[in-house]
Amino acid sequence: MKFKSTLENYVFVLPAVTIFAIFYIIPFFWVFSYALHDWDGILPTMTFVGLGNFKEILVDKIWWQSMTNAGYITLVALTLQNAVAFLLAWACDREIRAKNFYRVLFFIPPVLSEVVVGLVWQWILDGNYGLLNHWLNGMGLHAWVRNWLSDPQTALSAVAIVHCWKGFGWGFLIFLAGLQTIPRELYEAARVDGANAWHTFKNVTIPLMIPVAVLVSILTILGTMQAFVLIIAMTGGGPAYHTDVPVLRILASMRGSSRFGYACAQGITFGVILMAISFIQYRFSKKAKA
Amino acid sequence: MKTTGYYKTKKVAVNVLIHAFLLTVAATCLFPLLWMVSSSLKTQDQIFKNMSLIPQGWHFENYYQAWIQGGFGRNFINSIFYTVSVVVGIIIISSMAAYAFSRLRFPGKNILFFMFMAAMMIPIPGSFVPLYVLLTKLHLRNTALGYILCMINVGLSTSIFLLKTFFDKMPKELEDAARIDGCSKLGIWFHVALPLAKPVLAVVVVFNALAVWNEYILALIIFDSKPLMPLQVALMSFQGEFVTRYPLLMAGLTITALPIILVYLLMQKYIVKGVTQGAVVG
Repeated sequence: MKFKSTLENYVFVLPAVTIFAIFYIIPFFWVFSYALHDWDGILPTMTFVGLGNFKEILVDKIWWQSMTNAGYITLVALTLQNAVAFLLAWACDREIRAKNFYRVLFFIPPVLSEVVVGLVWQWILDGNYGLLNHWLNGMGLHAWVRNWLSDPQTALSAVAIVHCWKGFGWGFLIFLAGLQTIPRELYEAARVDGANAWHTFKNVTIPLMIPVAVLVSILTILGTMQAFVLIIAMTGGGPAYHTDVPVLRILASMRGSSRFGYACAQGITFGVILMAISFIQYRFSKKAKA
Repeated sequence: MKTTGYYKTKKVAVNVLIHAFLLTVAATCLFPLLWMVSSSLKTQDQIFKNMSLIPQGWHFENYYQAWIQGGFGRNFINSIFYTVSVVVGIIIISSMAAYAFSRLRFPGKNILFFMFMAAMMIPIPGSFVPLYVLLTKLHLRNTALGYILCMINVGLSTSIFLLKTFFDKMPKELEDAARIDGCSKLGIWFHVALPLAKPVLAVVVVFNALAVWNEYILALIIFDSKPLMPLQVALMSFQGEFVTRYPLLMAGLTITALPIILVYLLMQKYIVKGVTQGAVVG
């Protein structure tokens, strides 16, 4: 009776565990095995190369450039995107009209797909027929007109800004939720003590929001470093790798050069870097709390 | 009297500034979408010359052409089919597992639950590489079933976590009552636990539906044949083939964005809840 009952309990987790084992655990171990091999993904035989793929990554200039590009986009997201998100949340955290209207609107870009956002912005930023250049010409700023997405000077920044446009709604919602947990009495007390708006902001709001800011930063870093579909839709990584990012390189190793082993080694390298970043951030946030 | 007047003016000024800021950002959010819709209603000739937001004449035939000739009709139906299948699958599978992890006893329970949680924390960028090989070996590549199973797996861990957290806090009395009435474990899960979990299930449904509808990379590597592709991949391949046919592309983008915006507007309460809850989790 007891045995039958336990068996029955396993039935509940069986579908989840089966799918998880096949589509997560098996691929997870394969990644490590492939990474040590040279393999085109088709032939039944793989050539064992040990850490050869990883050694190659160390001197793969395009790979590290893609990492720098992702780092640049992340830096823009951490500063510009999160500053805008915080200011908006702070502006909305009071008795103002149409608060809900703003909140609903700000989260529209995050619910759209990266393909839709990327293709719409690509059309707006188009060098010949794009709206942005049309406006710049209309305002007499002819010198500013350029092929935003194929000019190496502007392509990466353009992609970064569109990424921020798509993403600030997340930070906004989390910051707003954080601000709303600050007890109103604290503001009241500060006012009674004669603090002006700036002092209240500096001495009440900011210190209480630090844990939230750390959280938003972690989410921003992990999310932005791994973003790539938006870039496929806007530039495809061009011009000449100027907007290439790590996940796009992995895709290119797999589909472009049919090097499955190298692609997996790149995946592991990138995964380890991401884990290291979140670990450092985690330690940092613990220190901030203590 | 004079000072209150001063403070009132100052307060109004601050309010005006705040609204100006908020409205500017709101307009920035909305404008690209309006431009997308406007471009989708222009003719192929107009689109490169007429730069006004209001098109000359409303060329809804672009939508017809995108739907039929562009093949987006087929892809739209695919996207609906994949989204519904994956979401239904996730709801059933993850709620059963979450219920077991919360309420039932069996050896290995903690290890299994820990594995699902670890999967949530460990990023494997480029997991599409081994998945491609796996699906090829299983003869599931370029099939709807292969894609649906992969996407169920993607949403599983987070959904189990959200549901288990809810079941842990759910009072046990109702289940006890059902058990005394002779209800089986499956019966209790289905008739007692699931109905109570409706608010969390709504969050799970909305987030997974958004994720599947917007998913690109797995669909890209799994599907070769256009009639099986969901919208996101079809849009990219259309853009690759017909680089300058912007009105049709914009019509396709509008067809893709509209359902998600509608779902969002109807369910935004759950989305806000999910984001703030998810943030606490992360």
